[in-house]
Amino acid sequence: MIEIRLHGRGGQGAVTSAELIAIAAINQGKFAQAFPSFGPERRGAPVQAFARIDDIPVRTREKVYNPDIILVLDPSLPKIVKVTSGLKENGIAILNSHYSEKEVREILGDYKGNLALVDATKIAIEEIGLPITNTTMLGAFLKVTGLIEPSYMEEALKARFGKLAEKNIKALQRAMKEIKIYK
Amino acid sequence: MGKKIAKEVSIAIADAVAQCKVDVISAYPITPQTHIVEHLAELVNNGELDAEYIPVESEHAAMSACIGASAAGARTFTSTASQGLLLMYENLFIASALRLPIVMVIANRSISAPISIWNDHSDVMTIRDSGWIQTFAENGQEAVDLIYHAYKVAEKTLLPVAVNIDGFTLSHVIEPIELLDQDLVDKYIPPLRMKYKLDPKKPVSIGAIGIPEIYTEAKKAQDEALKASYKIIINAWRQFEKISGRKYQSVETYEMEDAEVALIIMGSLAETAMNAVDYLRRKGKKVGLVRFRLWRPFPLRDFIKSIGKVKALGVVDRAVSHCSTGGPVGIEVRSALYQSNKRPKVVNFIAGLSGRDVTKEDFIELFEKTYEALSKRLKVSYEIYGVKE
Repeated sequence: MIEIRLHGRGGQGAVTSAELIAIAAINQGKFAQAFPSFGPERRGAPVQAFARIDDIPVRTREKVYNPDIILVLDPSLPKIVKVTSGLKENGIAILNSHYSEKEVREILGDYKGNLALVDATKIAIEEIGLPITNTTMLGAFLKVTGLIEPSYMEEALKARFGKLAEKNIKALQRAMKEIKIYK
Repeated sequence: MGKKIAKEVSIAIADAVAQCKVDVISAYPITPQTHIVEHLAELVNNGELDAEYIPVESEHAAMSACIGASAAGARTFTSTASQGLLLMYENLFIASALRLPIVMVIANRSISAPISIWNDHSDVMTIRDSGWIQTFAENGQEAVDLIYHAYKVAEKTLLPVAVNIDGFTLSHVIEPIELLDQDLVDKYIPPLRMKYKLDPKKPVSIGAIGIPEIYTEAKKAQDEALKASYKIIINAWRQFEKISGRKYQSVETYEMEDAEVALIIMGSLAETAMNAVDYLRRKGKKVGLVRFRLWRPFPLRDFIKSIGKVKALGVVDRAVSHCSTGGPVGIEVRSALYQSNKRPKVVNFIAGLSGRDVTKEDFIELFEKTYEALSKRLKVSYEIYGVKE
């Protein structure tokens, strides 16, 4: 089972991203689960969302404590939240950041694990016209993990966003190209 | 056969309610139930569901509207949680005593104070004695299947049914769910025909006064009706299995064949508990799990059968019954055992209050504590587990 934790700020679409991951995975024939960090939503405050993907039915109702993958939508979050908390040793942290690998590792508290970086805010502003990075970061997720066929994710985006899907898909595809992996 | 699709459990529940072709929905939004009635309101507004949606000023009014509509022969639905259920309270007893086949989903949530929106079973346990049929779902698929089942049962027994789903832990999760094909739903749940209903052309009185000369008889009749509903409930699950391939029974067991020690739980945390069972089984421990899907009418015989030859039972309650002899399920289990010759040790835990996570590791610890009961004398009749001190 692969466990994913998403970090964002309220209103940035972290919950939507977790849901799209589960929807795309299920439509591809896998088993999956997605849920928000339960509680009152507060715009701008740090929020988490979770997803699990497996080849057999997902049978647990625990929160995700030891994710295989973390996906960070907001570049300012790692400075105030320990986003790598509980991340598995062979896991990967995928971050939206315009900083260099060295700078990000320092911000993450001398983080030595796998890292993937993309300037999703820049891509989102250029492609969507808004600094909403959740769909852009899904592109980074697709490329880094290879867990979901991009076509299933694009279908999920079309179903969710209708006319707006096209721009989001463009941003997603750009992130797939621009994401850099550091091991 | 339908296809498994990714859906939020609340949305899937609303879709299932719509498939059951309800006539009247009356509800007041309250977290974590809101998505269910919100989606139903949307379906009615879009013309996808031909029903009357009655927005009301409170849950008290929601249940009142359902009682009125149901008494007039309409297929009704409502949903609530926590404080909302408490605000309905007096009307719940009227709904069951008037033998009205209302279906309600409770997205189980704790009760204030302290103010809390998170999941436990404090709300539904307050209506334990209300005369409603009460079922508990483990996952999204079961939640949906229990909706179809609820309408089948309610209208055959003329009793209201409360389907319980864990708030957030189920209500807000996206998972693969298969809805029944519409033609199967139509066959399973034929149109509602009530013999006695409010009809200006054939006037009747419903809910007249029960003077001392008749009240006891009325209560006895109601009790007999709930008792008799057991067979209808079981048969409805058998019929459901024929059309869906999914088998349900009143008490679910996991690895109970040769179990020495077992936990008992209700609701979605059973999934996590099964992982603890698997872990301990790999270590050679003979442990198992019992889960009540049907809570009222209490499935006494099925429960006694389900525990096999266990030496110790750990009952995991998700509500407090302050300073009684246990949590609500613990009290019930001890009482039920006294009606059989089986005498396992019974330990009672209260865990997972207000969304406090109960992890696989917690369940392993609860199994260990239950094992201890085999050699130690119990000092307390129940323990509130996981308190930070």
